[in-house]
Amino acid sequence: MGLFDSLLGRSKPKRPQLDALFVLPTAALTLETAAGFTPTGIGSVCYREAEGAPFEQIQAQLEQLLAGASPERVRDSYGWTWLVLRREPSDVAGLVTELHAVNSTLELEGFGPALLCSLIGFADASGRRLALVYLYKRGTFYPFAPVPGAEQKRDNALELQIRAVVGGDLPIEPDVSRWFPVWGAPGLDAPPALPSG
Amino acid sequence: MASTRFRPDRGLSFRMGLTLVLLLLLYLVLAGVVWWIFGGDAGGTGAAVIAFVLPLGLLWGQWYFSDRLALAGMRAREVTPEEAPQLHAMVDRLCALADMPKPRVAVADTDLPNAFATGRSPDRAVVAVTTGLGRRLTDAELEAVLSHELSHVAHRDVTVMTVASSVGVLAGLLMRSALWSSMGGRGRDQNTGLILLVATLVGIVVYAVSFLLTRVLSRYRELAADRAGAILTGQPAHLMSALTKISGDMARIPERDLRAAEPYNAFFIYPAFTDKVDFASLFASHPPLEKRLEQLARLSRELGQPG
Repeated sequence: MGLFDSLLGRSKPKRPQLDALFVLPTAALTLETAAGFTPTGIGSVCYREAEGAPFEQIQAQLEQLLAGASPERVRDSYGWTWLVLRREPSDVAGLVTELHAVNSTLELEGFGPALLCSLIGFADASGRRLALVYLYKRGTFYPFAPVPGAEQKRDNALELQIRAVVGGDLPIEPDVSRWFPVWGAPGLDAPPALPSG
Repeated sequence: MASTRFRPDRGLSFRMGLTLVLLLLLYLVLAGVVWWIFGGDAGGTGAAVIAFVLPLGLLWGQWYFSDRLALAGMRAREVTPEEAPQLHAMVDRLCALADMPKPRVAVADTDLPNAFATGRSPDRAVVAVTTGLGRRLTDAELEAVLSHELSHVAHRDVTVMTVASSVGVLAGLLMRSALWSSMGGRGRDQNTGLILLVATLVGIVVYAVSFLLTRVLSRYRELAADRAGAILTGQPAHLMSALTKISGDMARIPERDLRAAEPYNAFFIYPAFTDKVDFASLFASHPPLEKRLEQLARLSRELGQPG
């Protein structure tokens, strides 16, 4: 934000970067050969639902448009909406195209600033889960690996290993403080119950 | 392609810009008067510079340590993600949505429902909420309040308000030093007395006007933070309900104090505070609730309009 905007208290909503998603299929191949993680075929877009009828209509349109990927709308415990899409695990390119359809539709309708992140799920033979998280506002990716069965714990070693593996294929978010945990994201392990209040 | 659904609020930007220009003019008037008094006299100029550097240094310290001062003043304590996972997750996501660095998160253990943001830059910022706020608001409302506070951080309000208030601090200083000099200088000529009288008067006027202007600026910046916060979450309605709840609870608190003061009510022929002239709103640091709700309702309507 520039000096002038600071002085006038005008923060402009940040617009998302959409196209970096298309490098994912290459990274998925690298992940499989170098780390043994295969795609689960589940991808999702997380956004902030705006109030008002127009946004509702756009969501309904999206679900019609993506009927082939059995879209499912999930509201997480933090009040954010996840549009979950499912494809054949081998068809990462198709999944990415559909994720792109979601975010470009939202952008086209003037709701681009509402996009938070996209997730693509991976799993290895021993049952460990992993997600590559795409940050729309930064145009970067980071790995997120919850420890299976543990309550809100991250497998930092695995995350760093994955960063090293796919660092050549994906723009990785350099600021580690922005690798925020997406607890309860659909497609990963079932979220642990949150303490109320 | 529509990048956002919200129309820019040029009126608010214009009024805020005008306030800033007026403050700058005031600053120039003040500098001109100081130069006029001390201009010809090298020793006097040196003394004036020293006299001005000291309070400005204090103001600078207040700005530089604003995070620690505010946290200590509100008895707020920084919390880790393990201690307050829900709060941290909310801030994490809002910051990712707005693409800003995550501020530190603090909690103040008081029943007063309130929240504040402080810190000299977005990298050093702290966002704090009271436990009373968490008890009264739903998660969505708490998030709306957080997005309002994050907007304060993004707009660098601590810095802007510190710089804006420096005019008033300097004017107050001019007023007092001129007053002291005129009382001490018995043996001086008439000319010096006149100059000191003018300096005192200018100091008083500049001080009063800058006080009003900084309050006006503060209210505009609250409105700007409301607007940016509501645009960030896309849900002005939650901020509206949060503000209504907080103001309702805040209004009830003095009432309790009043009941404690009931024995003294016999002395009042008419409670002075019920007949509130709108004069008080000139000095308020926050805009009235109706004005804030009106702005948010406008944003809400913009979200309801078809494409």
